[in-house]
Amino acid sequence: MSLDTPSESTAAQAEGGTESIDRRKLRWRRRLNALRSWGSLLKEDRLGQIGLAILAFFILVGIFARPITVEIGPVWSQVQPFSLAPHGYTDRVATEGLHGPTWAHPFGTTDLGRDVLSQVIIGTRATLIVGTIAAFMAVFIGANVGIVSAYYGGWVDDVLMRITDIVYGVPFLPFAIALVFILGATLVNVIVAIVLILWRGTARVVRSQVLSHKQRPYVESARAIGASDFRIMYVQIMPNVLPLISLYAAFAVAWAVIAEASLSFLGLGPQGMISWGEIIYDVRSAGALREAWWWVFPPGIAIMLFVMSVFFIGRSLEKVVNPDLRHGK
Amino acid sequence: MTLLTIDGLKMYYRSDDGYVRAADDINLELERGQTLGLVGESGSGKTTIARSVIRLLPDNAEVIDGSIDFDGTEITELSERALRKQIRWQEVSMIPQNAMNSFDPVYTVGQQIVQVIRYHEDGVSKKEAKDRGRRLFGELGIDPDRVDDYPHQFSGGMAQRAMIALALCLEPKLILADEPTTALDVVIQDRILETITGMQEEINSAMILITHDISVVSETSDRIAVCYGGRIVEQADAETIITNPRHPYTLGLRNAFPDIGDTDTDLVSIPGTPPELVDPGEGCRFAPRCPFAVDECWDVTPQPEEFDDGHIVECHRADEADELRERAEQKETWEEVRERPSQPQGAGGRR
Repeated sequence: MSLDTPSESTAAQAEGGTESIDRRKLRWRRRLNALRSWGSLLKEDRLGQIGLAILAFFILVGIFARPITVEIGPVWSQVQPFSLAPHGYTDRVATEGLHGPTWAHPFGTTDLGRDVLSQVIIGTRATLIVGTIAAFMAVFIGANVGIVSAYYGGWVDDVLMRITDIVYGVPFLPFAIALVFILGATLVNVIVAIVLILWRGTARVVRSQVLSHKQRPYVESARAIGASDFRIMYVQIMPNVLPLISLYAAFAVAWAVIAEASLSFLGLGPQGMISWGEIIYDVRSAGALREAWWWVFPPGIAIMLFVMSVFFIGRSLEKVVNPDLRHGK
Repeated sequence: MTLLTIDGLKMYYRSDDGYVRAADDINLELERGQTLGLVGESGSGKTTIARSVIRLLPDNAEVIDGSIDFDGTEITELSERALRKQIRWQEVSMIPQNAMNSFDPVYTVGQQIVQVIRYHEDGVSKKEAKDRGRRLFGELGIDPDRVDDYPHQFSGGMAQRAMIALALCLEPKLILADEPTTALDVVIQDRILETITGMQEEINSAMILITHDISVVSETSDRIAVCYGGRIVEQADAETIITNPRHPYTLGLRNAFPDIGDTDTDLVSIPGTPPELVDPGEGCRFAPRCPFAVDECWDVTPQPEEFDDGHIVECHRADEADELRERAEQKETWEEVRERPSQPQGAGGRR
């Protein structure tokens, strides 16, 4: 929120006047207060806490699932050596497949004798990557389309909103199946398919919000001051709709994860990595859906928990955006 | 020296029913350092006139005819970019009616002043810009430390002062004050006006003060222009407008304001409603509400006529002003208008 740059604070430091130190202190106190007020809002909000806890858990699992090595040509270094998953997701750990939970394999094994627990842990990573990247790209596009469309109005608005309407008419799964089928099932293509559909909701909501902000006096005074259109859109109006945009980003993450799971379930998930949706796809293609409950439930519950946590956080964010929601208990 | 010359300006708004003639045939001149009061009721075109100087108008506004010469620059032909970079705020700034909402709520007032200064002046560091803001705050009677506050932390009067600081930070040649005190209570109003005029003198900038309150302009303005129905019906120096007006509308406007010393007289309002500005047709626009309207008033649009010393009036009966002035003080004169048919017999052509 603040525009202060380090250069200013260092300048103030160099001057060393008591007054400027006071001012800096004041500014920090104000920032701290803002953070604290969000914190106290979160303190009363049990669901928000639960959501945050679950999300933090999944992020940690995602990071520590397998060691991460970075390779640049012949040079490689292990950034993260820790491995949470006891086995690789293609390792055969049992000679006979389809065992129920045992101490050695708490979630049982697959029909090929692979460890389900390891698969679920490793699958977290793909889910997180697809979910966050797709969601942020979608929200980025949607927010820009919404802002530009609402701000310029006229034919720009007409064109952009008609495109949005058309995208609204495209059903997700058939579109994604066709796209991924033609372009190939890679991580990038799956993300592209999700982004191309997901931006539409954000675009509409941001547009309506900017339409109302455009009419406010501060926009007119910005114009009187001589601000350019670009400046008014991104320096003046955008920070005002940012809370709404971040709310939509939270929901988009949940939606993108579901979309990725759906695609993977249909066998169109990103190749070379396993995701929760893909595990369920494997169960189905092994014909084990009826008997192997230990194989279906963990990834299914993981998807549910993750989406739920993001929605809880979104709900808590919504309270920041909309103060009306804070009072009704 | 003349700073601003508006010559025969016709600024119309396109609408579904045709053009709305919000500013029709406007002629104005403003000297450096002078204050011009634009008085008139809502919808009389005073805001349109003032805002055309920086072309801060809705998209459907259109200059049909006329010119606006600001300090040698023709505003109506200037490119959008040049207007933004050279004229707006740098040369002509604005004090809006509602200061509270005119600040962007997500930045502190200080940040906004810094943004404005750095946007228009190259090579000013953030610290310098902020110090200038603090100095201005001090001069305007606000605690300089409050530059770090957000707009919602200001009271109405203080927000208005902060807006004045913002308007003055580039020392513009002209300030457009669009009803700067309407949202404030009377005591604060007076102080804010004093602040504005004081600062204005200090940096020697001219001002166009828009208001519907004739007492406000009489105190602060050198010259007053009275707007009615998109036209300037009378303009003269402030003294003349107050003591010696010639247009019946100005006469009526004077009646509508209370005189504190005189508690017996009832206020007399001007009967009727402001005119439609879509296709008003020929004839004086005030005729339907004018107690002194004669047949000529309904048929022929009065042209500006100059009386002594820059006193310009658009009225067919302006030369009979002394007699009209006396009659205008009688309540009955205005009551009659209420009772008469909306159009005299024989006068044709009006809707």
